[in-house]
Amino acid sequence: MTGSIAALGAGLAVIGVGIGIGLIGGRAMEAIARQPEATGKIQTNMIIAAALIEGAGLFGIVVALLGI
Amino acid sequence: MFLRYCLLFFAAIALPMAATSDAQTSEGQSMVSTVAQDGHEAEAHDGDHAATESEEAVFNPNEMIMHHIADSHGWHIVDWNDKEIGIPLPVILWTNEGLVVFSSSLFHHDSEGKHVAEAGGQRFVNLHEKIYYASDAPNEHGVYAQADPVTHEVANAKPWDISITKNVASLFVSVVIILVLFIRAARSYAKNSNAAPRGLAGFVEPLVVFVRDDIAKNNIGPHYKKFVPLLLTIFFFIWVNNLMGLVPFFPGGANVTGNIAVTMVLAFVAFVVTNVNGNRHYWKHILWMPGLPVAVKPLLAVVEIIGIFTKPFSLMIRLFANITAGHIIVLSLVSLVFIFETVWVSPVSVLLTLFISVLELLVAALQAYIFTLLTALYLGAAMQEEHH
Repeated sequence: MTGSIAALGAGLAVIGVGIGIGLIGGRAMEAIARQPEATGKIQTNMIIAAALIEGAGLFGIVVALLGI
Repeated sequence: MFLRYCLLFFAAIALPMAATSDAQTSEGQSMVSTVAQDGHEAEAHDGDHAATESEEAVFNPNEMIMHHIADSHGWHIVDWNDKEIGIPLPVILWTNEGLVVFSSSLFHHDSEGKHVAEAGGQRFVNLHEKIYYASDAPNEHGVYAQADPVTHEVANAKPWDISITKNVASLFVSVVIILVLFIRAARSYAKNSNAAPRGLAGFVEPLVVFVRDDIAKNNIGPHYKKFVPLLLTIFFFIWVNNLMGLVPFFPGGANVTGNIAVTMVLAFVAFVVTNVNGNRHYWKHILWMPGLPVAVKPLLAVVEIIGIFTKPFSLMIRLFANITAGHIIVLSLVSLVFIFETVWVSPVSVLLTLFISVLELLVAALQAYIFTLLTALYLGAAMQEEHH
């Protein structure tokens, strides 16, 4: 086995982001199903929230990349 | 329709197969080494020992990927019959003795520090795409640079490097594309302002209206008009450069929006615009948050001041990491063939690359949208009027 333990860090960072974005996506779906007329607004806010969470995950990945 | 996809699929499988079998009959492992080594070919040829040659036959995906996503002083296009074909770009240095300009072809495609370029009475060497003053004599590896004995970093002095690198050249190309797009669209509006937009204007108009209405108007508030040009520039700059990065051959292929310096400048623009336009209300909420016990106020001020910087910082990292990750994934999938050293992986590799490339098309637009949207949101938050 070769490689760096930093890759594990990247994987761990992605787990959290996956859970977070999954929750946002799921809740947005529920909200759209409940109120289809608000689809546009829900989507915009969903993307913003997803982008913010993704940012946190990417910090983790970049730090892991720097460690390689 | 189905037939066409089948044909495409088989063509995709057959091509790498034909290429590899050719290479196997003629020169064994050289196919692997050509693809793997890319920019480092020159070194293999003037390398004096066979040891380097056999070392380089082992494919190192990490090195190949890092080489491809990094900036470089020449624009490498293709390897043809073991010769590198590329565009040499100007190297512009601010040295101790003033400005020195020369062509990057003086380095002979070398980025390992083994070729000395002499210009303006001085000697330079290109070591991992950083330009150093060359040492008088090579060290034991043939590199014209000395390592610091303690830190193992390069000890040679560096001139200020303001070269037109591959990224900068790619930036020029994308600027030309954007200018042509918008000047032609603007002309067509000037010509027939009452008719429905046609051609390029018809392509650009929905996007411009989208940025104006859905991004600027919804998020900035009543004074949004002043910022529409800025947001449009950010949106189209990022989008066009993202798409250019996805084109695998010559005019594209540079990793412009996946370069941390480029995204840093973009984020810096967002930072300056947000804070210059922040009103009294914005600064009051940062420095002396109303409606809180006095003891908490300074504590919160510290957090909020850090917050001013983390916002553009996350903009910078988000764009950089998304685009770089996309490039890394595509390159890793392509290297699968060379890691497993069998042709039968190529269908998997090609299909996955296709899938990721289509996904990256979406990401290219999405990241441009998110960067613009968040800039507009931060601006809107900074310009919000008091209402309680």
